[in-house]
Amino acid sequence: METVLGRYKNLIVLTAVLFAQILGLAVQVRRTTESESSSLIRVWAVGAVTPFEKVLVWVQTSTGNIWHNYFYLRGVRAENRELKLEIERLRIEQVRMSQDADQAHRLQALLAFKEQFISQTMAAQVIGSSGSEQSRSVYIDKGEKNGIKTDMAVITADGVVGKVLHVYHSTALVLLVDDQSSGVGAILEKSRLQGILRGTPAGEVVLEKVMSDEAVPAGERVLTSGGDRIFPKGLPIGTVTRVSPGSELFLNIRVKPSANLGKLEEVLVVTTIDERQAATEQSVPVRAADILAERLPTVPPKAPDASNATPSTALPSGTKPVPGSSVPASAGKPVAKATDAAATPGLKPKSLTPAAANGASPGSPKPAVKTTTTDAPAAAGSSPARVPQKAVKPAVEPKPQPPAQDNPQ
Amino acid sequence: MAITYTSGEQVEVYRFSWPVTILVPLAAVFLQAWVPTRLHFFALFDLPLLVTIFFAMARRSQIAGLLTGSLIGILQDSLTHQPIGLYGISKTVVGYGASSLGIKLDVENAGARFLLTLFFYVVHLMVYFGIARYLVSLPIAWSWQRQLWSAFGNAFLGVVIYTLLDRLKQRA
Repeated sequence: METVLGRYKNLIVLTAVLFAQILGLAVQVRRTTESESSSLIRVWAVGAVTPFEKVLVWVQTSTGNIWHNYFYLRGVRAENRELKLEIERLRIEQVRMSQDADQAHRLQALLAFKEQFISQTMAAQVIGSSGSEQSRSVYIDKGEKNGIKTDMAVITADGVVGKVLHVYHSTALVLLVDDQSSGVGAILEKSRLQGILRGTPAGEVVLEKVMSDEAVPAGERVLTSGGDRIFPKGLPIGTVTRVSPGSELFLNIRVKPSANLGKLEEVLVVTTIDERQAATEQSVPVRAADILAERLPTVPPKAPDASNATPSTALPSGTKPVPGSSVPASAGKPVAKATDAAATPGLKPKSLTPAAANGASPGSPKPAVKTTTTDAPAAAGSSPARVPQKAVKPAVEPKPQPPAQDNPQ
Repeated sequence: MAITYTSGEQVEVYRFSWPVTILVPLAAVFLQAWVPTRLHFFALFDLPLLVTIFFAMARRSQIAGLLTGSLIGILQDSLTHQPIGLYGISKTVVGYGASSLGIKLDVENAGARFLLTLFFYVVHLMVYFGIARYLVSLPIAWSWQRQLWSAFGNAFLGVVIYTLLDRLKQRA
């Protein structure tokens, strides 16, 4: 017996070690279907490796900061000048966008849409990766003690990065969107076709479940659809690079991620997403008769020179004539719209100014709008990251200013 | 001195100091996790596998080889999001195989090391994918082109790393 054991000692040990590991695998597979919990070995391994990674990242960042902030300042003045110009340009664009957003809010309110807003984010630094081609994931330097939880969305200013998969005491594992086991609900920006975004073994990202009879042009942007209940709707994911017929009835759509997943340094973890229905400005229902009365030409008081006033020059009460603008040729047009508006509670009559009723082009000067907007703690660079706290207080001014002269605050 | 004989040639058995035994595998796992965040292409390489093959071939002990592979693999598994044991089992098999071949073959020259690393990389991949697909049912796919590039890249890197690690060997 001893001879047999001695002779096959190596094979027996090999079999025992393999058996133990297969048993461990079976236990883990069963556990993942019930409740996800980090095993002790994983906690130890992460605890042993990540402190060194944090130190290395800290040294690298500090050295880089000293070099860039104190020594390498070439071209800073020129860059500063360019950035100031960029800020000016963005301010102008912000005014225009906020007006469009407000309009969208009003329409969403009418349709009783529920919106998702990123109301709080937390900046985190990437300190390491899983080190495996089969597991495309990275470690960040924020964990349970910072309030990070599993399934939180992780983004950058460029786009979606992934979601939090495992949370440890001071670190967390983020599964990237190009991992084979990831899945992000996605929608094409123009065609509004929905699909699921997945990673491939080669590290590419593909959009699945789009029917092959649909036309998807290369270059179209891919956004989050919000259907996965992890990523808020409308975040940029990437751009379509190639479309080819895939298996069965679906297209094979290659997507280039907006965020540079190969060079992640800092990311934002979306810690709070608010879901609420778009609020209308007027909570008190308005009677149709009131709106009609407001929009119809006012009856001027009888005065000695009242005969000089003609119906064609009369404007709705509360408004003043806009220089250069022509009065509607048919008075029935705005009235008809007002009737529609009255049928739908919450629609504000402000969109029914004579200029609007005339079909003023989007590029025409708009009424001055006061907008109060509160930025999320760290804006993700996309429109959903901006949280309009209270909507618009319109004030029709005598002279509508071009957007460039408006003060957004 | 433990010496085995193969085809009339003496094959030396080496040992390593405790710091080297512990720190080199840890450093390999650490670098494998950290470097790809700065150099993305580095994810193609598998430093822990190369260290497993090196230790197994140098010690020429099957039990030592499989245990080294097992521990390194489990440590590597712990950093991924996949079940612990996928790399563990793969590297256990590789450690056992590399030490078995190390007993019988001369693994000191660069050509032999290149071919052996290429071979064991493919074995490692096949075991890994076999377990992942048919035992754990993970949704992972095989890409021949990528794995071929990866295999040759690891074989080249292996030859370089083995030359560096040779300096840490002590004759048993």
